[in-house]
Amino acid sequence: MKHEKFERNSILLLVGILIVVAIGGAVEIAPLFWVNGTIEKISGMRPYTPLELEGQKIYVSEGCNVCHSQMIRSLRDEVERYGHYSLAAESMYDHPFLWGSERTGPDLARVGGKYSDEWHRAHLADPRSVVPESIMPPYVHLEKTPLDYRDIRQMLEASRDVGVPYTDDQIANAQADLEAQVAPDTDGADALKKRYGAKVQVRDFDGDPSQITKADALIAYLQMLGTLVDFKTYQADAPGNRR
Amino acid sequence: MQTAASEGNAPWRFDLFVLPVILGLGAFAGILEAARSPDPAMQAQGWTFALCMMATGAWYLWTYAGRTPRDELTPYANDVVRAGVIASMFWAVAGMAVGLILALQLSFPHWFYFAGEAWTNFGRLRPLHTSAVIFAFGGNVLIATSFYVVQRTSRARLWGGSLPWFVFWGYNTFIVLAGTGYLLGITQSKEYAEPEWYADLWLTVVWVCYLLTFLGTIIKRKESHIYVANWFYLSFIVTIAMLHIVNNLSWPVSLLQSQSYSLFSGVQSALTQWWYGHNAVGFFLTAGFLGIMYYFIPKRAERPIYSYRLSIIHFWSLIFIYIWAGPHHLLYTALPEWAQTLGMTFSIILWMPSWGGMINGLMTLSGAWDKLRTDPVLRMLVVSVAFYGMSTFEGPVMSVKTVNALSHYTNWTIGHVHSGALGWVAYVSFGAIYCLVPWLWGKKKLYSNALVEWHFWISTLGIVLYITSMWVAGIMQGLMWRAYNEFGFLEYSFAEAVQAMHPYYIIRAAGGGLFLAGVLIMVFNLWKTVRQDAPAQAAALVPEAAE
Repeated sequence: MKHEKFERNSILLLVGILIVVAIGGAVEIAPLFWVNGTIEKISGMRPYTPLELEGQKIYVSEGCNVCHSQMIRSLRDEVERYGHYSLAAESMYDHPFLWGSERTGPDLARVGGKYSDEWHRAHLADPRSVVPESIMPPYVHLEKTPLDYRDIRQMLEASRDVGVPYTDDQIANAQADLEAQVAPDTDGADALKKRYGAKVQVRDFDGDPSQITKADALIAYLQMLGTLVDFKTYQADAPGNRR
Repeated sequence: MQTAASEGNAPWRFDLFVLPVILGLGAFAGILEAARSPDPAMQAQGWTFALCMMATGAWYLWTYAGRTPRDELTPYANDVVRAGVIASMFWAVAGMAVGLILALQLSFPHWFYFAGEAWTNFGRLRPLHTSAVIFAFGGNVLIATSFYVVQRTSRARLWGGSLPWFVFWGYNTFIVLAGTGYLLGITQSKEYAEPEWYADLWLTVVWVCYLLTFLGTIIKRKESHIYVANWFYLSFIVTIAMLHIVNNLSWPVSLLQSQSYSLFSGVQSALTQWWYGHNAVGFFLTAGFLGIMYYFIPKRAERPIYSYRLSIIHFWSLIFIYIWAGPHHLLYTALPEWAQTLGMTFSIILWMPSWGGMINGLMTLSGAWDKLRTDPVLRMLVVSVAFYGMSTFEGPVMSVKTVNALSHYTNWTIGHVHSGALGWVAYVSFGAIYCLVPWLWGKKKLYSNALVEWHFWISTLGIVLYITSMWVAGIMQGLMWRAYNEFGFLEYSFAEAVQAMHPYYIIRAAGGGLFLAGVLIMVFNLWKTVRQDAPAQAAALVPEAAE
């Protein structure tokens, strides 16, 4: 076919372009939705608790992902520095993914449990007070701002609409569960653990029991990161998990 | 006032009915959002949008009420291109100034962060910088130049009456909405696709209007052939539409909330995003600007394009191969191995069409190389193509897995992006704007060629400082992260690597500062050009044959 046809017919040119640019994406992206083994078989992953989900919202809103990755690559030094390389399954409930593309600051995929809540509070308020070399901005406003969680139920519902398997029970109790996660030794806390698993961390994360702040939510999220998957039972060499 | 109604072929002003209705609905939606949303940030967004709609509506009234604007009586629509040029320069200064602030924040965190002022933090300003330079500056340049080029090469006035103006105002409304949203903490987190669902919907409306304007103009052309620059512009517009829609498929928490959840999660979301992200580079920052190259370099050098065949090969191979390269942003991650390998392979192949285009651009100078000595504007255009060649070589190198293992997550990536963004995109834009301003405002020449020389050399020094400092910083960072001591332990803590970046961050800030200084010189020069007394023969305003 002579190229002149495209140069004389704008609609033919338009259709030609569309076909040519559609191929690559279709071949690469579409199979990820059905090829077995794209997401590993693991145990331990669960939808985020309401407080963690609010924390993730703050993480996104403040642009933490701009400087911090959540994707440990399968390279020796990364695994030694940050822990087991990240699995696809670990971000299966992240809409969208938060793998990041820069490490202006360190990877956070497994930051959960590495530092105390107190360290996080000090670090968020004034990063250079605990890490003198840090170039991170101060986030002192988080511990001063009460968390506005009026829409938490809607957040869970919207998450379920896009595929996160929240149960009716979890959605109905979203607000109660959020409040319970900062109130240890209450009936609410027991109910929360019943709905999300015994490993859910329940405590007053921001050190201020009088109110639930944005710092509560963000620290709860950070302390959960990378702690869900049970790597003792994960079989990297199982046929379904080999990539 | 003159009217165009008497002209036999005057189009029925469908646009003057539909577009104000859209503006009215937009203003209504904005006010409704502002009144009903429980979220203060969303209320601010509602007001911002409503005000933009009302301002555009007021502009429509002022321009069209009871009269036909003079610009519509000329063979080509020029006012909207002029407006695009002004907006481009405004956003260039704004976006690069924010970039400089970010560079200073990383260099001197004690001085440039303001505790308690959340909106001034790096995380919120960074998308403001990238969106302002890519979409606000770059986007306005693309809209303005594509409107200019398609008219001349088609010998036809822009299609759609006031539709091009709606594209201009609508697009800049999107920019304002997105930018103010970032400062309020509204973002989807996806790089270069940060704006939330409502801004994305608005951009979709505007983009469809852009496609209609551009395609409509091509369809009613008086030239038998569609000129090569228009192939590139068309592929940019169509592909960006596809990428934008697919990557932004999301589900709002509620119609009164800014937040939404992406339809895709985890690994699927990652590849969709980098399919989008890499082709925002490939089609927004490459194909679109290649359209500029294919018109302005031959025009300025007064030489025909080097090879027609090469243009054809360049065009189809570039747009076919680019789409596949996305996975190179996800090497060694949880993305399945086959997709990584595919992405890396196509990234390396991509080197060929890229250099084919570079050769076609550079060799157009055949027989006119001497002009580089005397015409700094042409030199800027040609150097931009050289930078294009450099970054499209560096890109495939960095997409090799072994190299990427070192370079990924480091400042090398930042350097790579800026060699393309400053050296290629900004330079080819500056060259085109230096051409356009005298043409559009009917001046014989620029106010001062000497100032163009100053701009060129200051900003080139800026680019060199920027990319060399980021090369050193990035490679050093990568090596420090993977260094082992004699006992087999990791040699450096992460904080030590951060500390090691300090001098390079300062050099980078200096480079960025020089680049911004060059732009300020340019703004001054253009301002003086427009204000020059001597009116010249407005050659560009007369219809002319396409190449």
